[in-house]
Amino acid sequence: MMLGMALPAFSQEDPVEGAKVFKRCFSCHMVGPDAFNRTGPVLNDLFGRRAGTVEGFKYSDDMLREGAGGLEWHPDTLDAFIENPKVLVSRTKMRFSGIKDPVDRSNLIAFLRQYSDSPANIPEADPTIVPRDPDVDPEILAITGDPDYGAYLSGECTTCHQVDGGDEGIPSITGWEPVDFVTALHAYKNKHRKHPVMQMMAARLSDEEIAALAAYFQNIEQ
Amino acid sequence: MKMNRRGFLGAGVATAATLSAPMVLGASHGKPKVVVIGGGAGGATVARYIAKDSDGMIDVTLIEPTRTYYTCFFSNLYIGGFRDFASIGHSYGTLAAEYGINVVHDWAVGVDRDARTVALASGSKVPYDKLIISPGIDFVDGAVPGWDVSAQNAMPHAYKAGSQTQLLKAQIEAMPQGGTFAMVAPPNPYRCPPGPYERVSMVAHVLKDINPTAKILIVDPKPKFSKQGLFEEGWQKHYSGMIERIGPDFGGNNVSVRPGSMEIDIDGEVEKVDVCNVIPAQKAGRIAELAGVTDESGWAPVRPQDMRSRMDENIYVLGDASAQGDMPKSGFSANSQAKVCAMGVRNVLTGSKTFPARYSNTCWSLIDTDDGIKVGASYEATDEKIAKTSGFVSKTGEDAALRKQTYEESVGWYAGITADMFG
Repeated sequence: MMLGMALPAFSQEDPVEGAKVFKRCFSCHMVGPDAFNRTGPVLNDLFGRRAGTVEGFKYSDDMLREGAGGLEWHPDTLDAFIENPKVLVSRTKMRFSGIKDPVDRSNLIAFLRQYSDSPANIPEADPTIVPRDPDVDPEILAITGDPDYGAYLSGECTTCHQVDGGDEGIPSITGWEPVDFVTALHAYKNKHRKHPVMQMMAARLSDEEIAALAAYFQNIEQ
Repeated sequence: MKMNRRGFLGAGVATAATLSAPMVLGASHGKPKVVVIGGGAGGATVARYIAKDSDGMIDVTLIEPTRTYYTCFFSNLYIGGFRDFASIGHSYGTLAAEYGINVVHDWAVGVDRDARTVALASGSKVPYDKLIISPGIDFVDGAVPGWDVSAQNAMPHAYKAGSQTQLLKAQIEAMPQGGTFAMVAPPNPYRCPPGPYERVSMVAHVLKDINPTAKILIVDPKPKFSKQGLFEEGWQKHYSGMIERIGPDFGGNNVSVRPGSMEIDIDGEVEKVDVCNVIPAQKAGRIAELAGVTDESGWAPVRPQDMRSRMDENIYVLGDASAQGDMPKSGFSANSQAKVCAMGVRNVLTGSKTFPARYSNTCWSLIDTDDGIKVGASYEATDEKIAKTSGFVSKTGEDAALRKQTYEESVGWYAGITADMFG
């Protein structure tokens, strides 16, 4: 019971505190009645919006692909994206390392929620507390992959992803920084990203195997 | 651009192949010899991976009768007008020139398993240490009474891509207004489970445009088929009223044809049709049978760990021709199996490292413009068979953006797999 009393205090989302956190965003993003697209898109009416759909903003191919694949902005996806943008969208234009403090994130989300057209209509399924932590464990990122093993495993990738770096319809995966590669595959493995083929492929890859693939593809020239 | 390069190299292949063929027979006694029969998704991939990864330690010969290989996958998109014919054709130029594979354009007509040689139609014999057979499918004689290959001009199967596909497309386009296109669908198991139904979609797409009162009749011996709910939803949405399917409940499993009069007898009811696409029951490509590695099912049983024949330890069978367990007969599957097999063959011949087998498959189908769907699964080798571990399928009611993305993804996959096969 004592614990139950303590929880709301921790999970309370404070838009006023969120406005302070937003200072880390506003060199690129605007929000409010007079907002327009700058380096990043306008953040009004964000909740329930399909990723990559703000009119007039030129998104990265990866953001457009995720949007077409079903990525929508809800508290859980926003939380993951703000924590580490590359978890959800590998080559997003948002060059931002992320906000690691979960309280800051939930306050920021509460702040942004005020600019959604009808916050009362946000589906109840959208949790106010985000229970997940999609960013990749540093220990996993620290694994050194065996490129020879990666070369063998890559056969499963190259049926679809072209080794010469061609990216019509299916993204290129050559020449990536291992941290981005590993982050992306773990996001599929943990189902933070939706693509069913990639969820299936990643599901049976161990942490070592993902590191091996990252080590192999890193050195394939585009 | 890519096709031009391929086409240009293709002109060179013929020469390279003819010149190198006699050399195969005599030269390089010291090196282990791998012979691959069939240059499709299984054969081209396994030849390329063995040549690529063995650093010249293994001699690889690829026997394939056609100089330009037309992929069965995406041939329906050619019928539907989404691809031109040249775009599904591939030459063996890069495999010969860049990977050092001896590409021999000839028919394999026999295998002497004791002498370990493959007999070619031209009369020569090619010796092997390990033989990989990847011949695709042939049709079961008498599967559709009244039809045999001599009737394939009147009633094309178009289930091996090439001139048959062109013929079927021409017949569809020449149909009289309000005419009937009929398909006799195959029983399980057969190449490309969603293939007949994607084809129906593509035929409907063409007819809706040039012949909107035409009808499509599917005569099907199977009670259900791959991605059925998705196809039926799509047909209702895009081609309402055009497509009728007669399943086994209504005699779809009791069909015979009369190519001379363009008639189909469905359980005693005779229908006159304008185009009839007969896709008969299938078995392993004939050379597998001639090699004696098929069983009473007509397919070639293999070990799930490396696709090695259960009948002969020096022979491996890939793709459609193999009986391996749960994987569907598809180009993607054959390509996946080829890479596991290549690793196994290299290990046996040169002691290279091996890792546990892992297989996967995805089949994309196009229903109408920008309306793509997919089904896929991953597999592992158990003692008994290649067993499915997990899978997924597109859902009914998906939005247009996702379906368009799925189609675009299939176009990307085509570029990926053909690069993986042909270099």
